[in-house]
Amino acid sequence: MCLAVPGKIVEIEENDGLQMAKVDFGGIFREACLDYVPEARVGDYCVIHVGFAISLLSEKEAMETLDLLKQISNIEEELGPEPGAAPA
Amino acid sequence: MKYVTEYRDATLVKGVIEEIRRTVTRPWTIMEICGGQTHAIVRHGIDQLLPPEIELVHGPGCPVCVTPLELIDKALEIASRQEVIFCSYGDMLRVPGSNRDLFAVKAQGGDVRVVYSPLDAVKLAKANPEKQVVFFAIGFETTAPPNVMSVMHAKNLGLENYSILVSHVRVPPAVSAILSSEANRVQAFLLAGHVCAVMGYHEYPALAAQFQTPMVVTGFEPLDIVQGLLETVRLLEAGKVEVVNAYQRAVVFEGNKPAQKMIDTVFMEVDRKWRGIGSIPMSGWDLRPEFEKFNAEKRFNVETVTAEESPLCIAGLILQGLKKPHECTAFGNQCNPEHPLGATMVSSEGACAAYYRYGRVTIDA
Repeated sequence: MCLAVPGKIVEIEENDGLQMAKVDFGGIFREACLDYVPEARVGDYCVIHVGFAISLLSEKEAMETLDLLKQISNIEEELGPEPGAAPA
Repeated sequence: MKYVTEYRDATLVKGVIEEIRRTVTRPWTIMEICGGQTHAIVRHGIDQLLPPEIELVHGPGCPVCVTPLELIDKALEIASRQEVIFCSYGDMLRVPGSNRDLFAVKAQGGDVRVVYSPLDAVKLAKANPEKQVVFFAIGFETTAPPNVMSVMHAKNLGLENYSILVSHVRVPPAVSAILSSEANRVQAFLLAGHVCAVMGYHEYPALAAQFQTPMVVTGFEPLDIVQGLLETVRLLEAGKVEVVNAYQRAVVFEGNKPAQKMIDTVFMEVDRKWRGIGSIPMSGWDLRPEFEKFNAEKRFNVETVTAEESPLCIAGLILQGLKKPHECTAFGNQCNPEHPLGATMVSSEGACAAYYRYGRVTIDA
């Protein structure tokens, strides 16, 4: 139920008093309400849950996290597999 | 940056799991609250890749599973009425009531429809003024902003034929109830990332301190989950009781303020009964008195329905992390996704459904 999927805003228009966006989920387009993320603009990625944007995704935070996790993974490569570890 | 594929990189996931292996020195029991995370963990086999010291137990974060049987029976009664178009998220249709489910109501001629968003139900109300449109508003904090917006939108449009059947629950009271139990084994929590996207995580430091239990806000992709687990193991091994955010791209401390404001406008905190667990004080939301005319229970006068659970089903113990699905005698024989005894076998978030679907146990033919 709390399943929410990142999507890219490609259009914004008002409809019946709500800010509605056309959102691209990797080629599948759905409508989503932007009233809870009013700062979202065309081109932004949001977390979309049952037709509502609930969070604007931060590219900066996303990149920093990935860099950190890549560093952790590289440590492993530098150390090599642990003795007795199962082959990958 | 697509925010999906980057977080499914098997090499990175393995690298983080290796770091967990290097960090862990003794056994730890960690609960993922959210059923969406349970499914991700079992689907990607993360629980089997982890070092044996780490046991994951599955929490009650499956709204379909904890919606009380009485409420399902109320839904069935309302959906059976001729003047009603009953709208629901798809998961709810196969959840067993006392003697049937919403699919059965539909088969018997009831107008039961699966909608993607509660706004679709409001559109139906606008397009069908001669009908009563009822939306089955279940869920945790994540789903509350859409559901309350549907009520506000219907009010703004002046619709007299829209109402919602509410069974909303909140995570923090459930965390408190689990940690207060004498049988509790949980030593740390993965907090549900999308619940925190809405509510923030300012409610959790007090809980963590009270129960001396670290908590980590965690996302839903495989890399998110192993990152959340790594942060959790680091806290546990260091003896630190903190709340850490491992889902920073989507969650900020204070959460989504406009969404919280709308929830507070339409809903108020109430005691809620959780299916299989029992009543937890102030653990849910219901409509405020000023929005009472949108309350389907009152509109259709179904407030007094009571119901009994199957005696075989141990969903309550599973939802509290006290038992695993395959420890149930009915698992896979009397109870399966086609003919579920309890809601945990139905949902895309239920632990029993995850174990069944991803073949976590061998079932004798």
